[in-house]
Amino acid sequence: MFKVLRVIFLGISMLLLTLSGFAEEVSKEQIKGLDEQVQEIKTDVLGIAAELSLLEEKLLYPSHTQVAVFLSLAEKEDFRLDSIEIRMDDKPVAHHLYSFKELEALRKGGVQRIHTDNIRTGEHDLQVILLGKTRGGADFTRMENFLIQKGVGPLFVEISLAHQSISMKNW
Amino acid sequence: MIRLLVVLTAVLFAAPSMAASTSTPEDLKDLYFGEALYWAFQGNWFESIARLDSELGQHYGLDDPKLDSLFNHINLAEFAVGDFELAYRMHHRAGRAFKAVIEGEVDEQVRNEAIFRLARIYFQKDQPENALHAVESISGAVPPEIRDDLAFLRAQIFMANGHFSRAAHILKELQGAKSLEGFTTYNLGIALIKGGNEQEGRRQLDRTGQLNSDSRSTLAIRDKSNLVLGYKLLEENNPEGAREVLDRVRLSGPFSNRALLGSGWADASRDRFERALAPWSILIEREITDPAVQEALLAVPYAYGKLNVYGRAALMYARALEAFGEEVDKLGASVISIREGKFLRALVREELKQDANWVVKLRNLPETPETFYLLDLMASHDFQESLKNYLDLEELRRKLMTWDGDLDAFEEIIEQRRRYYQPLLPEIDRAFRQLDSRMRLRIEQRDRIRKRLQAMLTAPRPDFLATAEERILKKEIEQLEQALGVDGDAASPEIKARIRRLQGVLDWNIYTEYDQRLTDAHRNLGALNDLVDMLKNQYIAFVRTRQAATQSYEGYDQVIRRQRIRIQAARKKVGELMARQGRMLEIMAVNELTRRRERLEEFQIKARFALAESYDRATKAQARGGAEQ
Repeated sequence: MFKVLRVIFLGISMLLLTLSGFAEEVSKEQIKGLDEQVQEIKTDVLGIAAELSLLEEKLLYPSHTQVAVFLSLAEKEDFRLDSIEIRMDDKPVAHHLYSFKELEALRKGGVQRIHTDNIRTGEHDLQVILLGKTRGGADFTRMENFLIQKGVGPLFVEISLAHQSISMKNW
Repeated sequence: MIRLLVVLTAVLFAAPSMAASTSTPEDLKDLYFGEALYWAFQGNWFESIARLDSELGQHYGLDDPKLDSLFNHINLAEFAVGDFELAYRMHHRAGRAFKAVIEGEVDEQVRNEAIFRLARIYFQKDQPENALHAVESISGAVPPEIRDDLAFLRAQIFMANGHFSRAAHILKELQGAKSLEGFTTYNLGIALIKGGNEQEGRRQLDRTGQLNSDSRSTLAIRDKSNLVLGYKLLEENNPEGAREVLDRVRLSGPFSNRALLGSGWADASRDRFERALAPWSILIEREITDPAVQEALLAVPYAYGKLNVYGRAALMYARALEAFGEEVDKLGASVISIREGKFLRALVREELKQDANWVVKLRNLPETPETFYLLDLMASHDFQESLKNYLDLEELRRKLMTWDGDLDAFEEIIEQRRRYYQPLLPEIDRAFRQLDSRMRLRIEQRDRIRKRLQAMLTAPRPDFLATAEERILKKEIEQLEQALGVDGDAASPEIKARIRRLQGVLDWNIYTEYDQRLTDAHRNLGALNDLVDMLKNQYIAFVRTRQAATQSYEGYDQVIRRQRIRIQAARKKVGELMARQGRMLEIMAVNELTRRRERLEEFQIKARFALAESYDRATKAQARGGAEQ
């Protein structure tokens, strides 16, 4: 019976040695070599992404008509942002429902590019509609209208959201 | 002893998780940098690197980068890109990014932080000597927020290089660091033991094992510490001490099964089989795929046998045999499922990525392997890295496929624009040329008038400012004079006088109103200039729109062709790498399952023998009992 005990004890060792065996067929060198090739292809694809992004911008959003709307949360805001709707010249152009991750990213100071479009030079109406919840759990809606002025260059607009107000900044 | 070494090696580098640590600057001046951070904070590393790379590329491509908004955050952005690359497991690029910061003209704190991150890369990539070389080059001020992490990393690097006493010295200094609670004492214990100070090392492990905390990671390291110490004591035939330590492990934590198993063996080794049955009985009701549970299925009847309850022991061995048989079949089916590629197909399913509990979800999918058997393997660094690479490759595959489709859409857009603009442009160009020549003419006229008015400021010429009516009247008077021969005899003196009077009236008006007329002319010239400026703006807007029309469909062919070639090459490469990486994962998984199956088959053999023996003893005991009666 002592042999049984030894076998069982051996099991504990097996439990702890489970990861050492596969080295015979998948070596550390193989893992490392493949990992380096994966890193290389990531670099290649990032390069493609960069060039594609420039092509896309030039083709779809030329600078003289481009308008980009960015969104951020004002500092120390603790309300829960549920959704945002952006309307330009009375037409809905963007609508976004926020996941937990996205909300956290905004809370940490990240800036979301919510809308990119082409518009004519001149004045345009921009309307922002926010749906959210206060810290206490009460639903609230906030809406703000802005006038944006599109010149010959690209226009970048930042919308800053707070529980009490929505503000806009031209960049 | 081998077992202990394995345990120690496995926990040697226990540390809290390391993620990208870049934070938002207090006063964000560049929206695109903010956007890169937005993606990074969600763990979307590809997007964040792509955004930041483009931003940095544009920044350095400017004639005067100081005028660019990113200039305000350039050091942080350089750091961030390295940080994100590190998180995306692009260690080579991350290393280059940090080296660039180190070699640049930066202040001491920035340089030291970059070295810290570089050292962390070397350490993670299993290059302890390079990591040591890096941390030893740190000198001077260190940013306060990384001070503890740097010290902890330094200690880990010393341990990896076998400098245990130096590591222990640092870890002793770090005992007050709240964010590293548990990790410092645990690693200090290991460093002391490895450095030969066994007693003090055990004391530190014991201390870690008694920490009070709400932090999940601290509680986990506390359990781990108790498990390591408990098995160490068990190995040294100190079952009493082992049981005491193992019983501290939480019943619901990740180490509880091993602790229950060890606790039972601690009692069993002192022949306290009844007490051993308590933890083992809890254990056998748990998830059957766990190795400790499977061992307990044998350990429980073994204990009953020792307690001379042979009938119960035989029943329990029979139960174990049945369970082992089912599990062996399940493992066999899992190996087949992996070899048929179902494991890899299941791993990349989109719904699994959204779920933190994906291992359980994966298990529930039809015809996928029994993932619970792969938990230990999945927790290993090599498997994790390989799996992440595989998932990253899958993400790249999807992106490349989408981009290929995007290029088709771009070509269609370009073609539509070409079809729309090309027939319109010749007529527009013709009309434009006409307007252009008229515009040039008017501008020349304006310039002439301006010059003339300018000259009149120094040499007055009232006749230039005569009105059209006055010019007609003047002409008529001249014609009248010619017709009447004003200078000859044909006209009477009276008529001559009247003509001179008319001439005089005209000249009077022209000369006396000259100043006012000159002022008016300048004012009108100003208004004309405004109109000309407006015209020029319209002209520029037209030229820009005209250019945009052409540029909207011309000059893309080569770029798109080049992109398509690059995408296709990358798709091919990604496909090859995915196949190799997937094969590697399959081999790891199959090896693991095969090993577990072999272990179970060994258990089956032992259980059969033990079952027969138990029956035999039970029968004998029954016979003895019968004879005595």
